[in-house]
Amino acid sequence: MASKKPDNATVSDELLNGTRRDFLKQSSVLTAITLAPTGLVKAAESGLDEKIAAVFEKIPVSLTVNGVKHDVSVEPRVTLLDLLREQLHLTGTKKGCDRGQCGACTVHVDGKRVNSCLSLAVMHDGHHITTIEGLANGDELHPLQEAFIKHDGFQCGYCTPGQIMSGVACIREGHANTESNIREYMSGNICRCGAYPNIVKAIYEVSKGGQKV
Amino acid sequence: MEKELKKSVIGEPMDRVDGRLKVTGAATYSAEFNIPNLTYAVLVSGTIASGTITAIDTRAAERAPGVLTIITHLNAPQLAGYQASAIAANGKPNYRVFGGDKIFFNGQPVAMVVADTFERATYAASLVKATYQKDEHKTSLEDNLANAISPSRGKDYQRGAIDAYKTAPVQVEQTYMLPTEVHSPMELHNTTAMWDGDKVTVYTKSQGVKATQQSIMNTFKLTDDKVQVNSRFVGGAFGSALRTWPHEIATVMAAKKVGRPVKLLLTREQQFTMVGYRPKTIQKIGLGATADGQLVGITHESYSQSSVFEEFTEGSNNVSRFLYASPNVTTRYKIIPLNVGAPAPMRGPGEATGAYAIESALDELSYKLNIDPIALRLKNYAENDPERNLPYSSKYLKECYSIGAEKIGWSNRSQTPGAVKEGDWLVGYGIGCGVFGAHRGRATAKIRINADGNVNIQCATADIGPGTATSMVLIASDALGMPTDKITFELGNSAFPQAGQQGGSSTVSSVGSAVHDASLALKKKLMELSGKTESDLSPGNYTDIIKQQNLPYLEITQGSQGGDEGSKYSMYSFSAHFCKVHVHSVTGQVKVVKAVAVVDAGTIINHKTAGSQMIGGVVGGIGMALTEEALFDDRYGRYINGNFADYHVPVHADVPDIEAVFIDKPDPVLNPMGTKGIGEISIIGFAPAIANAVYNATGKRVREMPITPDKLI
Repeated sequence: MASKKPDNATVSDELLNGTRRDFLKQSSVLTAITLAPTGLVKAAESGLDEKIAAVFEKIPVSLTVNGVKHDVSVEPRVTLLDLLREQLHLTGTKKGCDRGQCGACTVHVDGKRVNSCLSLAVMHDGHHITTIEGLANGDELHPLQEAFIKHDGFQCGYCTPGQIMSGVACIREGHANTESNIREYMSGNICRCGAYPNIVKAIYEVSKGGQKV
Repeated sequence: MEKELKKSVIGEPMDRVDGRLKVTGAATYSAEFNIPNLTYAVLVSGTIASGTITAIDTRAAERAPGVLTIITHLNAPQLAGYQASAIAANGKPNYRVFGGDKIFFNGQPVAMVVADTFERATYAASLVKATYQKDEHKTSLEDNLANAISPSRGKDYQRGAIDAYKTAPVQVEQTYMLPTEVHSPMELHNTTAMWDGDKVTVYTKSQGVKATQQSIMNTFKLTDDKVQVNSRFVGGAFGSALRTWPHEIATVMAAKKVGRPVKLLLTREQQFTMVGYRPKTIQKIGLGATADGQLVGITHESYSQSSVFEEFTEGSNNVSRFLYASPNVTTRYKIIPLNVGAPAPMRGPGEATGAYAIESALDELSYKLNIDPIALRLKNYAENDPERNLPYSSKYLKECYSIGAEKIGWSNRSQTPGAVKEGDWLVGYGIGCGVFGAHRGRATAKIRINADGNVNIQCATADIGPGTATSMVLIASDALGMPTDKITFELGNSAFPQAGQQGGSSTVSSVGSAVHDASLALKKKLMELSGKTESDLSPGNYTDIIKQQNLPYLEITQGSQGGDEGSKYSMYSFSAHFCKVHVHSVTGQVKVVKAVAVVDAGTIINHKTAGSQMIGGVVGGIGMALTEEALFDDRYGRYINGNFADYHVPVHADVPDIEAVFIDKPDPVLNPMGTKGIGEISIIGFAPAIANAVYNATGKRVREMPITPDKLI
């Protein structure tokens, strides 16, 4: 990107402030790549530079999502959330704030709950991710999914995937042994519809039920 | 042959018909459609509160990788239905997205970047540099009361003598402030638009697809067959999606310009400036009563903020005109135009703000009189609507008081503040009442029964969370005598028959009536076809009749609307909210430890979803009373807490178990189901219940919400 500043001290201000296209055009001269400058400029104008840059800027990542292995190539700035939603089309994981303040994007990374909007996709090479789409066993819902329906632990449903993923982790962590503990350990997941009492009931019931979650 | 229902399903606690989709992540909200060739838009927010854009440098952004276009006021396509003049018909400045160089509020969009990925659009947006000529801005409500104007709506009101409270032996005269609150639905506002020739398809967060369709038709001068709007799942809205906002128009505009589908998500910070909020209000209440607690006069004066380019009126005074039987009532209302984004109706618009002030003042009066707050309310109970001199179509508020008092443990309350303690915690009990108009609008439903016995109903209504489809299935099930699992209900598509927006607690009343009437019309048609009488016809016959007629299906489109009930009756839902609070004697921390909401909302269609709606409103009330405040830095005219870390909506730890109780008696007038409405009444009155409980616990009256610990210690 434009922020890739070359080390060369002779680089002009214009170059530092310029875009990658300018950078490629000019740095090619500085770094004396064997390609003729005119050819490079032509390449830049045809957009070839972007295609080349895209290859260099993207990083291969191999991660398993809901049991399916994905080999993807992503820019380092792509969040796990945006990878899931925009590239893998797993839109069950929600974007509510994009800065780790609401919990709607909660997924499990190697079994631990994580705000996927605060986590870059490139950090998850080799990791196992579980999203809301991967929680049920085929047509058989996870007990907490069943409990959310039974106790009406939602209204609009937008925070629900995050609440459920967080709730499953909360139970596994052993933090769902009392209703007040659940309230404390679920406070990173905001529900603006205010379904909290029903969510707590759902989590507590599954926790008490002793089923494998 | 179908199973026949032996009794009505109305009121049954039924699981949501879309529950499975919501718990599996399969419910697709409007930003979640996999659209080929999709591009991503990001809006650049302006950084001054008032002035003129002198230059906007997009050169660097244009050369950033993946950028397809950058739209600013300098190159925005002209839209046929967008007024080009600088002054609108109402004499106010004409705010149109990218419509000119004028800046009216901080955060106003100044550019839209469209690129092939979200990351590239976001980066390029950071390269857009706008420079401004700043004008002096006004963003403080308190500092600009002298600039208050009388709006064209929200007229002043007078019953009996002017300011009669001043003549009464016992008086309360106080000022109450509610800060700006932001709707903050969990789903970010978003729009995706794609053109195919002269037709556009839009996925957007909307509380009414027909209204959004109409706005786009007007702006782009298109006929209804050229504009398709979809909004099947809406991740909360609370009023913020009741209008078509500039960012939606900008997205449709951009999609046309780049010739590819465009998706825009606002950022959380942009939710604070671009999609409305409950305006900050300052309310002055004067109450006068006789020594035995009979109200002599109520005066309610309100000031609320609006933008400089629109008049937004918050009907905060309305409630004081009819909630209590006072012979003399004076209300005055003014707005203060400020350099702020446009407000919008937010859950319980007007009544939620007004009830906070009047119910707080009434509580203050109860201590002056040394009369129990419930007894004071009963003393001034309005059996008929004192504003319109009409009978209420139904009113069970007295029952709400007594049930709520019993459930909260009102008998443990002391009329002496600070007298009850539990450990280190001071204990207080509070009551606040809510009231909101019960409405029925026009709506049309299309009902189809297939030869296999399945029924499908379509209507262009919305569901922002209350469980509309579930309630409609129950209403149809009851009217047809068929089991719920044979019935599906579809919404959120502008191609479906007409319905108003999901707002004003009116959906079940309006759309439910259409579903009810369409179901009856279908039965009538089946009778006509078969020659059966009403008593002969049973759900078991439906498919036989269709097969005998050799029809693949039978379909009826039925419109429905009320009559002149509104001229004969005053129609309102009522609620009595009770809470018990703990206030820490050292830290000032307030905890709501118990909440009970008792509601007279007519017949309850589904106790499960209605209960959730009530609980949700109470949680909103907790936010209103204890946590929520959108704060401006008036030096820059800019929010300083436009995010969830700094703008505190209630979280799990803030919310106790909440009990919702329904009177569940049908309203005999408003609609065939006997419903009134729940959405607004759930929040109206809860914030004052908390404020009153905090006073009961501590003897400290906080008249500026939210009640944070610093105000108590």
